[in-house]
Amino acid sequence: METAAPPRNLPAITETNAYFWLGGADGHLHILRCQKCRTWIHPYAGRCPECGSAELAPEPVSGRGTVAGFSVNHQQWDPTVPVPYVVAIVELEERADLRLMTNLPRTPIEEVRIGLPVKVYFEEQPGSIFVPLFEKA
Amino acid sequence: MTIYGEKDCAITGIGQSEIYRKPTVQPLELGLRACERAVADAGLTMADIDGVACWPATPPGTAYGFASAAIADVCQSLGIKPNWWSEANMGAQISSIMEACAAIAAGYANHVLCYRSVGQRWIPRIPGGAAAAGNHPAPVGPYEYMIPYQAPSAAIWCAIHANTHMTRYGITREQMGWIPVVQRRNASLNPNAIYREPFTIEEYLEARMISTPFSLLDCDIPCDGTTAVIVSRADAARDLPNKPVRIEAFGAGGQVRMETWIARPDYPHMALNDATKQMWNRTDLTPADVDTMHLYDGFTWLTMAWMEAFGFCGEGESGAFIEGGQRISLDGELPLNPNGGQLSEGRMHGLGFVHEAVTQLRGQGGPRQVKKDVKVSAVGSGGGPLGGAMLLRVDD
Repeated sequence: METAAPPRNLPAITETNAYFWLGGADGHLHILRCQKCRTWIHPYAGRCPECGSAELAPEPVSGRGTVAGFSVNHQQWDPTVPVPYVVAIVELEERADLRLMTNLPRTPIEEVRIGLPVKVYFEEQPGSIFVPLFEKA
Repeated sequence: MTIYGEKDCAITGIGQSEIYRKPTVQPLELGLRACERAVADAGLTMADIDGVACWPATPPGTAYGFASAAIADVCQSLGIKPNWWSEANMGAQISSIMEACAAIAAGYANHVLCYRSVGQRWIPRIPGGAAAAGNHPAPVGPYEYMIPYQAPSAAIWCAIHANTHMTRYGITREQMGWIPVVQRRNASLNPNAIYREPFTIEEYLEARMISTPFSLLDCDIPCDGTTAVIVSRADAARDLPNKPVRIEAFGAGGQVRMETWIARPDYPHMALNDATKQMWNRTDLTPADVDTMHLYDGFTWLTMAWMEAFGFCGEGESGAFIEGGQRISLDGELPLNPNGGQLSEGRMHGLGFVHEAVTQLRGQGGPRQVKKDVKVSAVGSGGGPLGGAMLLRVDD
């Protein structure tokens, strides 16, 4: 049992982001995908930027990726959030430039490096929000 | 034949307010002072000003904050009746100059007042005071995928870019530190700079870490103040008192689809890489023609990214380029931010670099005037999804 996660400054849930922030309830990360040309799209777009199709729907992704970049934050921006912590950019295996900003709280800071294979997990927050986080795979 | 409208435009006046770390003058007043000084410096009157541009969009009545002097309030206060005004975004913090050139080329204006006002340090003396601490607005747009990750600051977003780039090319903090060290030495000669006490590279390396690889001394200094410049039609500039500083080329980085900070296929490249590319496509000059660099230093690594994007050194070579500091010093081959930049003078946010470039091109830098003839200066402003690049020049 992990201790309660500190609060996060989360977005308002809307029709164009619910799949991402609420979708983790089923244990999977969901990303918008063009149903015609199969391009993964993030963040939300109203048409496929590649083929123009309006047939877009969220689909689960593998949840696997690699660390593309990171920083170890030491600044206490919020008194409720312990420091230091890692803010990372993870590149999902589905598409080279499909990247998410994230945290890696379960992975020791000294083990975080560019190229580290990682997998998704979720942190539940009020409002049935499941925040996608990553850890060393 | 393509006509590049900025070549028929010149900067004829510059003005700056006092720069405050702890402001005692309200933000609109600082804005008005800078505008009055720029108009006077150009040898014009308010009746001559027929265009006004600022960045970013600022609702009328704005009293303080990220932008703190609305065009409506500036015009009302100074009696300006513009034919044209703009708060456009594409050229980053120096968008107003790009817009002014477009307005002049299109025949809407002859003398455009451009300004950038920052008033985030002002604590309003109004009932209820400033927004309560901890009462953050919910993030929107691309920021909804960044800020929830305990990443409320551009310091973190840029730090990830910097760490990625520096790891790839073996650039070290020992190299990066020469930017703040050299700029603070320059600031010691600038009476308007907030911080003027030099420090050594050893002291830089001991500074408190903010977000790796950025320590406190890699981050610019929030301040209140306004910078204003007058952009004039070149043929209307001839009779004015100052040597006109011509706008050789302007480039903007505005791939709006990429405005997520992290989604570009060429990450960690940023909009500034697009801005310099567009700018070089609008001139016959080359990086070898540039005499001084006035490059955005919200965070030190951004300055290095600008050097690489402009082509003053190769991709990944900025660490070696600045190491030791000689090359970028006032007496070096390519001096950087003679006023101390935002890291020492204060975050005048973009137009401060233009103010200093014009000062150097006019030879008015006083003790901080660079030790070489200045004919062409490069200005780069912005980071992440913002990029505005400009070449300024004076004729023989």
